[in-house]
Amino acid sequence: MGATPAFWLFMGPFLAGLVVFVYLPIAWSFVLSFNRAQNTVQPREFIGFQNYVDLLSPGPFLDSLWTFTIFAAIIVPLTFVLSLLLAVLLNQITAARAFFRSAFFLPTACSYVVASLVWKLSIFNGVRFGLANQVLSVFGVENIAWLSSVSPPWYWLVIATVRLWLQLGFYIILFLAGLQRISPELYEAAYVDGAKAGWQTFRHITLPQLRTTSVAVLLLNLIAAYQAFDEFYNLLGNSSLARPPLVYLYYTAQGNQDYGHGSAGAMILAALIVLVTLAQSRVYGFGKADT
Amino acid sequence: MRRARISVTVARYAALVVATVLFLLPFYLMLRNALATDREITGVDWTIFPSAPRWGNIAEVFEDSSANFAQALFNSAFIALAQTAGTVLLSSMAGYALARIPFRYATPIFYAVLLTLMVPPAVTFVPSFIIVSRLGWVNSYQGIIVPVLFSGFTAFLFRQYFLNFPRELEEAGRIDGLGYLGVFWRIVVPNSLGFFAAISVITVIASWNQFLWPLVVGQDRSMWTVQVSLSTLMTAQTINLHQVFMAALISIVPLVLVFVFLQRYLVQGVAETGIKG
Repeated sequence: MGATPAFWLFMGPFLAGLVVFVYLPIAWSFVLSFNRAQNTVQPREFIGFQNYVDLLSPGPFLDSLWTFTIFAAIIVPLTFVLSLLLAVLLNQITAARAFFRSAFFLPTACSYVVASLVWKLSIFNGVRFGLANQVLSVFGVENIAWLSSVSPPWYWLVIATVRLWLQLGFYIILFLAGLQRISPELYEAAYVDGAKAGWQTFRHITLPQLRTTSVAVLLLNLIAAYQAFDEFYNLLGNSSLARPPLVYLYYTAQGNQDYGHGSAGAMILAALIVLVTLAQSRVYGFGKADT
Repeated sequence: MRRARISVTVARYAALVVATVLFLLPFYLMLRNALATDREITGVDWTIFPSAPRWGNIAEVFEDSSANFAQALFNSAFIALAQTAGTVLLSSMAGYALARIPFRYATPIFYAVLLTLMVPPAVTFVPSFIIVSRLGWVNSYQGIIVPVLFSGFTAFLFRQYFLNFPRELEEAGRIDGLGYLGVFWRIVVPNSLGFFAAISVITVIASWNQFLWPLVVGQDRSMWTVQVSLSTLMTAQTINLHQVFMAALISIVPLVLVFVFLQRYLVQGVAETGIKG
């Protein structure tokens, strides 16, 4: 068999699937986003940019982008600092490292649904028997309605800790791999030059050496937060307190069967993330992962 | 000096132990609540562990017809296995073509794959659902499985891996008269089992835990996956606490087993997919 038939044999099925299930849907949705499409996925009534105008006027869709911004501002720095801290601690100890690593990694086996379930019905249950309220009652604190209290917005604590529990282990592994690639000679040279172990070497050797890993951790985390759906849906439902973009689109497209606005929303979200990716690749070089 | 160093070590371990307790706490809560009565769960005084673990709660989960949990377990297992087999087969072959088979238009095709990496599949769940509904695949296994098989990301990872595969082994196969297909199946795949295992384990876990896509496509009770079923149980009007927690516990057992026995592949997979992605 020649190279060309072989290429098609290997690549053909995948490429056909990519066209039918990735490119075609986006093209179809693009067309649909310029149509009124209530209870239908057929483009029948062209309305120009009306769906986009609706979404980008002050309202729930812009609110959902704002919710994402708040969420990212909470979860990205917290994940970064905590996973780096735990990875550095793990890297410094000698005994039982594998045990601790496994313990931190085990939650990644759980789904967001399971974590939301434990958080909502057990840890942050708003009534007395919830674990958090049990612990606080020891200190004489009244029961807190974690998911419905608006001021202070305790629901962010519930939402953020779910994600921390589920994803820290993953980022700890990334940081550990990064830390283990740093040459010990760098530290030895610094000690010879009179640097003290601790903050000084961390600041001037560890952090700069972890640059690639740090960028990867931040970007992966940001992109994952952009797609947040499961924990918001299961903890807060269609609540206007905190409704990230995918939750809004779910209730628009699946709940109201409004595929025109649903499509326009998907196009805007896709365009935004493409812009971020392009900006990032401009800064860090596109073909870098390609070597 | 020496004493200071010992106290630093003690502080490190203390911090790690505290973190470990927090990380394992939700597992304890799941186990405790799954084996308790609702009265023990909701008691004013904290029950550390039910004095008489109620193993009958396991049977109760499967007897409740409203949750349809046995069917959900089957659906999730079938979907995870089919999706993993399909993804690994399709992406490994595509990755091999892009890494090793010369073709005039290979570069534009590679860019067509790379382009899909920019938009995560979840972001375009509405367009994907529209196609599934046009195909009449709503509420079907193929509707849940097929659209997510064509992972540009996995194909890209396989390509990167095959680029570093020792060419001499492939040359030896070619001298023995093998074509591209023979070289791939008889030489490349058998010598890459570790990488295939890593990708498979990651795909199985992601598939078992996925929620949004099965929620959108498998709307009918008979098509619910474990995650959709759990979500329905926890948002129901009346919640049978011990039953919900037992269902959650059962849902994580297969994956915890995967973790315990295949952690090596998993850690390797995470390190590969995370950094290179």
